[in-house]
Amino acid sequence: MTRPTAIGGNMPQVPVVVEGAPPLTPALDTPKRVRRETLRQIVRSPTFVVGAIVTLFWIVCAIAGNHIAPYDPINDSFTPTYAHPTWAHPFGMDRVGRDVLSRVLVGARSVLEVAPAATLLGVTLGSALGLLMGFFGGWVDNILGRIVDAVLAVPFIVLSILVLTALSAGSEGINVSALKLILVIGIAFTPIVARTVRSAVLAERDLDYVPAARLRDEKAPYIMFSEILPNVMGPIVVEATVRLGYAVFAVATLAFVGYGPQPPSPDWGLQIAEQYADVTLAWWAVVFPALAIASLVVAINLIADTIQQVFDE
Amino acid sequence: MTALAEPARATAALAVRDLEIAYRVRGRDREVVRGISLEIGRQASYGLVGESGCGKTTAALAIVRYLPRNGRVTAGSIEVAGRDVLALRGEALRRYRLNDVSMVYQNPGSAMNPSLRVGRQLAEVFRLRGATRSEAHERSLAALREVHIADPESVLRRYPHQLSGGMQQRVVIAMSLATNPELLILDEPTTGLDATVEAEVLELIRELQARHSTAVLFISHNLGVIRKMCARIGVLYAGELVEEGPTEEILGNPRHPYTVGLLRCIPRGGLRKDRGRLDTIPGFLPPIGASLPACVYVHRCALAQQVCHDEKPSDHPVGPEHTSRCHFHDRAQELPRATADVPAAVPIDRGGQALLELEELAKTFRQDGHEIKALGGVSAALWPGETLGLVGESGSGKTTLARTLLGIVPPTSGSVRLEGRVLPARLGERAPRDIAALQIVFQNPDSALNRRHTVRRMLKRALVKLANLRGKACDDRARDLVEAVRLPERALSTRPMALSGGQKQRVAIARAFAGEPRLVICDEPTSALDVSVQAAILNLLVDLQSSKRTSYVFISHDLGVVRYLSDRIAVLYLGRLMEFGPAETVFEPPHHPYTEALLSAVPTLEGEQRPRIALAGEIPSAANPPTGCVFHTRCPRFLGEICMNEEPPLLEDEPGHAMRCHIPIEELRRLQATPPPARTATRM
Repeated sequence: MTRPTAIGGNMPQVPVVVEGAPPLTPALDTPKRVRRETLRQIVRSPTFVVGAIVTLFWIVCAIAGNHIAPYDPINDSFTPTYAHPTWAHPFGMDRVGRDVLSRVLVGARSVLEVAPAATLLGVTLGSALGLLMGFFGGWVDNILGRIVDAVLAVPFIVLSILVLTALSAGSEGINVSALKLILVIGIAFTPIVARTVRSAVLAERDLDYVPAARLRDEKAPYIMFSEILPNVMGPIVVEATVRLGYAVFAVATLAFVGYGPQPPSPDWGLQIAEQYADVTLAWWAVVFPALAIASLVVAINLIADTIQQVFDE
Repeated sequence: MTALAEPARATAALAVRDLEIAYRVRGRDREVVRGISLEIGRQASYGLVGESGCGKTTAALAIVRYLPRNGRVTAGSIEVAGRDVLALRGEALRRYRLNDVSMVYQNPGSAMNPSLRVGRQLAEVFRLRGATRSEAHERSLAALREVHIADPESVLRRYPHQLSGGMQQRVVIAMSLATNPELLILDEPTTGLDATVEAEVLELIRELQARHSTAVLFISHNLGVIRKMCARIGVLYAGELVEEGPTEEILGNPRHPYTVGLLRCIPRGGLRKDRGRLDTIPGFLPPIGASLPACVYVHRCALAQQVCHDEKPSDHPVGPEHTSRCHFHDRAQELPRATADVPAAVPIDRGGQALLELEELAKTFRQDGHEIKALGGVSAALWPGETLGLVGESGSGKTTLARTLLGIVPPTSGSVRLEGRVLPARLGERAPRDIAALQIVFQNPDSALNRRHTVRRMLKRALVKLANLRGKACDDRARDLVEAVRLPERALSTRPMALSGGQKQRVAIARAFAGEPRLVICDEPTSALDVSVQAAILNLLVDLQSSKRTSYVFISHDLGVVRYLSDRIAVLYLGRLMEFGPAETVFEPPHHPYTEALLSAVPTLEGEQRPRIALAGEIPSAANPPTGCVFHTRCPRFLGEICMNEEPPLLEDEPGHAMRCHIPIEELRRLQATPPPARTATRM
């Protein structure tokens, strides 16, 4: 791990002093102890705590939203429609008289069943691709690199709409299952992750442990996945958390333009899409789902920030 | 007495009194500097030595008021030219740094801004002091001329990365002296440089110090360098000055057990492995912030008595201006050895089959259509249990030779034979047992050990792949290996981060030895380590060699170390063997003119002042090597036409000793009784 240097790269290294280590021998830290220390550093950060609490809240909603929500988000209907927030319905009513609070709570599910899976797919594929490009270099890097550039040149929203429309060919109307969303967002994220991982691998490839592995007759897959991969996990984890935030955003955006859950689903993006024309009439039916998206994205980014800081130290 | 001392004090360039510095780590202040007092008179030079981590750089940074954010001066005072440095704030501090003090760091490459041209960075110093643009330009040129840069106009237009390390350091020195500072702090200024370049930079510093009447605080771990540069030495240990005095006194008559131990660790005076092992200093430097109420050195001192654990020693005067912070300063030199003084080498039988034979091994790299001849036909042979030392400046092809031999980079032509069999050029085509037979210990263990793997995992993987061991046999061997390199068994479950530099290098050695190698290439394995650790590693290498009859190819720029370990030595220059022969023969005249210059450049502890032979310019680019003898552009014994047109053959002048020079050996013997005339043609 590199320590921050101020001038000339020659600042004294401040060794990590471990409490309770026997004096006069360098502390022989076990990996477990180091991991625990990293974890402690993350957990102690207030930004992380705030982010984690908010994220956890939405995860609970995604899993058990139906039980938490005071009303049925789809079938319970009250009059008048677009009623103001009241004590009984703190977030008010939507255009067909459903409780907005209940819909917001239950709506977490459709986002949270797609975003993490899509992120996982994108990070896995991207890491593999980045490892290949960085490790082999040369023509492998050139060919894969051009493909990555080509994919990145197409705006995300255009790319995903194109693919989703193509995937719906043959069936009636637009048919977007969660699985398709996962595939599309995951593949759209792959080149971005691949670039980050590639540059991290390039730095690692020049270190002597790589020739040292070759001098043990190790084959390329072992060197890539057992030697280099653990050393680029830092950037990968950081990238994954950042991507997760974007994935939430992407799911909501696609749902807003109609490529996602269909009515009467309480999906956040869909709720906004259905009611944004009436925002002057009933701001609460649009603002609360929007706030839900924002809070989840910001919370995930707070977590990402903390993890990045800890890994950068 | 006091009346006389007072004015002297007021005019001292630097006066540090009872300086204490702490770093705040995890909410606690941890002491790094524990009360240093020292004084440097105007124009004087003072050397600060000690192991890494003892507070040298921290003290220097406090003097320029540039401690890291978590560092703080907790007590004491610093005065530069009578001015209280610690009281300076804002604009006054800026002016102090601009006018009164300068610091030169170890790595000149990172001391300059890589995206600004040299001219702009240099001119900035003058512009800040109010010079106009054209004045600043003129003065930049003058400053570069002063540091003997031959073509200053073109250097000003270049970016830092376009200059060699030596040139960069000259520019940095020019920059730091541009303001005529009262005090110049040099923090390991030549550590990354070749001996020949180091010698020139040191000479330059001396010359400039006299001209600018600047006081110098010289920080180095290299006692030879300090000896050459400084009149006084302070020995720093765990943030305390344990001994202080005139250079000759400290080196000739050390009175603190730490100084005594430090001096014994250094392979010098032509010491060789067959004459004795190196002494070491057992134990470790206390971690920063450790509570050290009594003597700071007590835990590593073989002379320690109860009083040393109970009572802090005072600075005992032991000679003229020579103090030692030791209760038993009068007995310091009776310090018992930490290692047995037994010769540790095995005799070599050169009658049988050679272990390794290189035949006209050559490597040419291609870069942007240019051919770079990194290695031009090297032939050599190595017998079991023998050490071949490889010396030469950086860029001479030492590392390329090592990598070609291992098959990491395939040679362009020539062959490598192991026990008579020709090895395939590429590593991928070699048989597993041939791969296991040739191993390497890299220079930097931080880079050579996978920081995510535990020591156990690294060693076991090497045993699985190289020795074909599984299960319990593998576990047992891993434990044996750790023991063989003298690491505690609990080191097995740690990752490299938790180990010290020396311990990491031991792990790297253990890994190289996992497959019972026949030859281990040691690529500067101790250059990143402190001398006491270096001694222990060298002892370890010698022990392993004598118990396993392993051969070494030992690459180093430290000629003392090479001499200690090597049976035979190959001197490389621009990828060609210039001289090859038994270590003793190479180190004794007659030398090849290049070897002669290399040897004269090394600052020694003995003080036999050999006149230094300056090499003109720097090592030429391998992309465009000189015609004829590749050394002719810098050769101090240059003959004339013949050297420029004809490459001399590698001729054996006596059995086993060969040289590549047009001057006959007898002529060289006669010539080298006197130093050569200076050659002034400085090339860029």
